Amino acid sequence: MALLSTPGCGAGGSESTLLVFAAASLSDAFEELGEAFETAHPGMDVDFSFGSSAGLAQQVLDGAPADVFASADVSHVVEIVDAGTGQEVVPFARNRLVLAVPRGNPGRVSSLADVTDEALLVGVCAPHVPCGRAARSLFASVGVAASVDTEEIDARSLLSKLAAGELDVGLAYRTDVQAAGGTVDVIDVTAGDGEITYAATVVIHPRPAATADRFVAFIGGTAGQSILRRHGFLTP
Amino acid sequence: MLLVPLAVAGVGFLLLPFAGLLQRTPWSSLPSLVTEPVVVDALRLSVVTATLATVTSLVLGVPLAWVLARMTFPGRALLRALVTLPMVLPPVVGGTALLFALGRRGLVGGPLERATGILLPFSTAGVVVATTFVAMPFLVITLEAALRGADRRYEDAAATLGARRLTVFRRVTLPLVAPSLLAGTVLCWARALGEFGATITFAGNLQGRTQTMPLAVFLALESDREAAIALSLVLIALSLVVLVALRDRWSPFP
Repeated sequence: MALLSTPGCGAGGSESTLLVFAAASLSDAFEELGEAFETAHPGMDVDFSFGSSAGLAQQVLDGAPADVFASADVSHVVEIVDAGTGQEVVPFARNRLVLAVPRGNPGRVSSLADVTDEALLVGVCAPHVPCGRAARSLFASVGVAASVDTEEIDARSLLSKLAAGELDVGLAYRTDVQAAGGTVDVIDVTAGDGEITYAATVVIHPRPAATADRFVAFIGGTAGQSILRRHGFLTP
Repeated sequence: MLLVPLAVAGVGFLLLPFAGLLQRTPWSSLPSLVTEPVVVDALRLSVVTATLATVTSLVLGVPLAWVLARMTFPGRALLRALVTLPMVLPPVVGGTALLFALGRRGLVGGPLERATGILLPFSTAGVVVATTFVAMPFLVITLEAALRGADRRYEDAAATLGARRLTVFRRVTLPLVAPSLLAGTVLCWARALGEFGATITFAGNLQGRTQTMPLAVFLALESDREAAIALSLVLIALSLVVLVALRDRWSPFP
């Protein structure tokens, strides 16, 4: 890995390496997707940098050497395309918020309305994180005045506190709960608007890497979509 | 003379980030940014919790420093190493360990909640606990070193003149190590003020209850960069005021 980034020659540093910035909630699915892409395109390497969509979007706008940017919030991708740093907005999946509780549901949570209970420790994501924004709009759409005890910086730290039993209930993505593999129980949320749409774009600064759009196309193709489906994501 | 150019380079390196910050400051919107509820809440929480953490550190840390410096017992070296541990531990690891000990499912936290209903995580008290954990060692180590180096003859003289141990401690020992005590207290307060990892892991993040300045800055960086800069400036200004006010009096070296 180079200590300083070298411009030209594809932002990833070489023609055969792609650097993909992606939302944290995509990490498991995209790692698998990356391996499938490398198998389908021998000689190609895909490196990932996972993080919060907002933070990564800011880095891309500041000139970080990413070749592809995949966000949990379409508006970030639109912002990057409008700034001339991205090629086009490509929605590729949706995710849905569910109620996550520690295994065994010690807080006896039964529905979304329980988040108003002050006696329960309720966790959501921070408001600028897509997962947190989705939680807020879900509460607003259902008319629930949630008594939130913590706004975690990302969905993963929220889930780890739920798994440890330190929180009674949290609003997390279905995909993250699935990835937590049984350490957390799920209560589905059927009412309200608790969905987010993921989008990707090829990053162009000064010029896009030759194979970047092949990766974006792979995400939208049959192989990519079936991997996403298997991890719990919904069709775009 | 190589010393001066190197020193200049050192100063330049340390001051450069501040120059970068000042250059990006939105001076015209600064007054309105600084009076927003998010900033006021974070500042109030930071000052209150850092001060409470420092008071707790003094109450527990001064006796601890005295025991480590003046008493001999088996395992003293190990104890000193354990007391220093929070200083070298990554703060998030410290916060996670605190959760295992004082969380609802924790070693002590579980029984504590069942017996008294007191819940430390996700509360302002939790912030004080987390910051005390990371900051107290700074006070203990600074003070212990001074106590070990202090001239015992004054204490011995006081004792032979009839003073009781607590009187000797109050009237002779503490004044002798006053500069180091002040230095250790300032370091402790500053460390508590800047704490992020242990706070966010153990106490969580909620405006008005647990969102201290460092947490507010971190979150603002991703959503509202101008607010982040304003918050950072407030934090730096606060620290500068305290350090300048104490001037030479807090240096542990005479």
